[in-house]
Amino acid sequence: MRNFSLGKAFVPVVATIVLIYLLLPIFYVIVFSFNDAGRNNITWRGFTLDNWQNPCGAPNVCQAFGNSILVGVVATIVATVLGSLIAIALVRYRFKFRSTISLLLFTPMATPEVVLGAGLAAQFLLAGVEKGIGTIILAHTMFCISYVVVAVKARVASLDPSIEEAGRDLYASPGQVFWRITLPMLMPGIVGAALLSFALSFDDFIITNFNAGTANTFPKFIYTSALRGVPAQANVLASIVFLGAIVLVVIVQMVNINKRKRLARQ
Amino acid sequence: MVDAEKFAESGADLELQAIQKRFPGFTAVEELDLTIPAGSFFALLGPSGCGKTTTLRMIAGLEEPTAGRIVIGGTDVTRLKPHARPVNTVFQSYALFPHMTILENVAFGLRRRKVGDPVAKAHEALTLVELDHLADRKPSQLSGGQQQRVALARAVVNRPALLLLDEPLGALDLKLRRQMQQELKKIQQDVGLTFLHVTHDQEEAMTMADTVAVMNQGRIEQMGAPEELYDRPRTVFVANFLGQSNLFQVEVVETTDRLIRTSAGSATIVLPRERAERDSGSMTVGVRPEKLRLHREAPAADGAVNVVGPARITDISFIGVSTQYTVESAEYGELQVFAQNVEAGPQASLGDEVWVSWSAGHTFGLADDPTATGPVAADFSTRAIATRAALAE
Amino acid sequence: MAITAFAPGGGAVEQAPRKRPWTALILLAPGIAYMLLFFLAPFIQLIITSLQAPAASGGIGEYVAAFQLSNYADAIVEYWPHILRSFAYALIATVVGLLISYPLAYLIGVKLRALPMLQGLALILVVAPFFISFLLRTLAWKQILPSEWIGTHFSVVFGLIYNFIPFMTLPIFSSLQQLDMRLVEAGADLYASPTTTFFKVTLPLSMPGVVSGTLLSFIPMSGDYVNASREFLGGTDTAMVGNVIEANFLQTQNYPIAATLSIVLMAIILVIVATYVRRSGTEDLL
Repeated sequence: MRNFSLGKAFVPVVATIVLIYLLLPIFYVIVFSFNDAGRNNITWRGFTLDNWQNPCGAPNVCQAFGNSILVGVVATIVATVLGSLIAIALVRYRFKFRSTISLLLFTPMATPEVVLGAGLAAQFLLAGVEKGIGTIILAHTMFCISYVVVAVKARVASLDPSIEEAGRDLYASPGQVFWRITLPMLMPGIVGAALLSFALSFDDFIITNFNAGTANTFPKFIYTSALRGVPAQANVLASIVFLGAIVLVVIVQMVNINKRKRLARQ
Repeated sequence: MVDAEKFAESGADLELQAIQKRFPGFTAVEELDLTIPAGSFFALLGPSGCGKTTTLRMIAGLEEPTAGRIVIGGTDVTRLKPHARPVNTVFQSYALFPHMTILENVAFGLRRRKVGDPVAKAHEALTLVELDHLADRKPSQLSGGQQQRVALARAVVNRPALLLLDEPLGALDLKLRRQMQQELKKIQQDVGLTFLHVTHDQEEAMTMADTVAVMNQGRIEQMGAPEELYDRPRTVFVANFLGQSNLFQVEVVETTDRLIRTSAGSATIVLPRERAERDSGSMTVGVRPEKLRLHREAPAADGAVNVVGPARITDISFIGVSTQYTVESAEYGELQVFAQNVEAGPQASLGDEVWVSWSAGHTFGLADDPTATGPVAADFSTRAIATRAALAE
Repeated sequence: MAITAFAPGGGAVEQAPRKRPWTALILLAPGIAYMLLFFLAPFIQLIITSLQAPAASGGIGEYVAAFQLSNYADAIVEYWPHILRSFAYALIATVVGLLISYPLAYLIGVKLRALPMLQGLALILVVAPFFISFLLRTLAWKQILPSEWIGTHFSVVFGLIYNFIPFMTLPIFSSLQQLDMRLVEAGADLYASPTTTFFKVTLPLSMPGVVSGTLLSFIPMSGDYVNASREFLGGTDTAMVGNVIEANFLQTQNYPIAATLSIVLMAIILVIVATYVRRSGTEDLL
């Protein structure tokens, strides 16, 4: 890559354009949260802090937001627990239907959401179950399990087995090895899987739409108000989540960098 | 230094009876019989894949033998799980628990066994390895050498009947390794435990151990004190693995009650009968390179001295302590001569014609031949190679 | 083992699976039961629904169990344009997405290796879209793009490409990050030009990431209906299969048709993915 400057510039230029493509709408959303919007937040009317001071001003916004968080938390907890156990079993044990079970777990990730959503809805219909927050949680847990298994599986596979052997060598029973050694070492991977699961659940629309009935989640709220005009408060709430997540990620990165610097100094 | 009396509980005997470990595809350990007396420092020496680590893991309980019994201090532990055996291991990768401080690491075994006052005992163990001032650090905050010492303290603090060391010094640089070798030896003697040290480094085995067993292809080829093994190897493998040897294929010509006279072509090699494994037919004899002397002219004939020559010097390597000459002879092919550099400068130059001599009493006679089949032959089936590769790392 | 000679560390450690199946059973039971109930059963239910016939009462949403295979014929005859369109959109969006995401992944995974701070920042930027609702972002495009462009094939594909850039970039980045630059240097040492080295060394080695990324994009794209819906970037003739399924299921309550189309969609995807994966030789993706 030393000869043409065109060749050298190609990658950074295209990459920057793509990054702008990626981030432009985000800026738009955040900027328009400050819009002195009327009923629809489509044209820029003027800068105002009203929306930020009163984020629950528009009807149903905060309720939908709250539901999304509730669903996210419950689905994450259940999916993380079930998924982690499956991941450990898949990596560490040899049993008859291993590949079939792997297939069962990974197919949801290869299935379009319409199909998953429609299938679940059809089943709830047949079972006579009324659609609502409960069915949303059930649906979200299902697809989150697949992602948790993939994330934790990678972590389990990279554990140094000699550390658990050391535990057994040092008089720990298999149960003690699991609770005191294996699980703590897996924690970072499990936490990562949980965060992924929450993010997927929070932003999910298609599967939710099929299985929500009259219940509202944040994405569903946005979809249904899209024609009339999404209130600026939705932008505010979304921006809060975004900034919160960015801050969290930056903090984690800084902590890691600091840790690395400290280790390097010793 | 902590008073060694505190760790007064001494080690126990280890007995392996007809131990065998078979994997699908190949046998890692053939019938192994071994007795290690209490309180000794025993080394299991061999190349990668010889079965030494498998043997160690069977003693620790991390692998189950296919056949045979393991007896520690008179108790049959063959069926016991690792956490029920009075054995502790220092792992090759140290295997320190990354999420605990080193104090908690060292206290771990004590807590599992519900020993009283684990924290105080852990501090004592850390003091023994001179790391008590770092007790609150996590393993990732320590250097390799420090981690190795923590791994040792973590095992020693439990006063096991038998302490197993799985190539624990492999990852350390030379200077640190030498230092740790001495420290390990000292701790073993002070504390009085039985140590079983597995290594592929023959220098390490010879420095530290009271007894060395050389393993090859799942079998113990020879066992004894380091000096004995070095001075009097009994097989080609041991002769080549422990130090270097010059080996000669010869025919036995004559035997007396003290000497054996052998020949290859026109040359003659004499060796004491007590240093030979065989006394008739064809055999392999050898001599260590440092026992050879170079001469500018043919030395005077002497019944107690073997002479090879004339020969030509084809290579000279300066090692620092010694100079290594490769000498090409008509009857025996290539010989290696190690000459200690007492005086500065080489004794001879490339291409010189020289004679090589050595005292007959330094010759040894081996039980097998370099090309014989048996333990020395390799198993090249892909399944065997794959299984061995998976085990070795 | 030649490949492992160059694979840097940080991968799986050799572990011999243990033989005790009972512990495995306990670990697996709750999770697998859940998946059987909420994934496998719904699938079977979809198939059953796709074969139902209208009930005698003729009410909306009233259907009885039947074996009406003609549902499939009806659905395909009526909606084949939508099916075709969905896969056409998905294919174009995937290919374009790949072409523009690869340089981004290359920048982060290869060029920024020496600058870990910048690399971390770039990664955060790529992942940032996940932190804010994709519906809001897609709506933002609706407002940013000129209104004559909205409702066209272009806008739908534009939206599809946009929404799946991170899904394409991250797996490729992951592969490229593990690329041993010494291999590229070896290529140059053996007289390959930078372009040749890219196509003969870098690209093949990043194939696992490319395959992952294309699958993670193509499959959801083909079933998407948000981008193509009228409220967002779609128009009158951009409807995809997803839109039809949604409309039939939630509005006209024509469950059999919705189920049929879902099965057809799933079947086509399975065939495409199976051929694709076998041809690219990365069968053990997961």
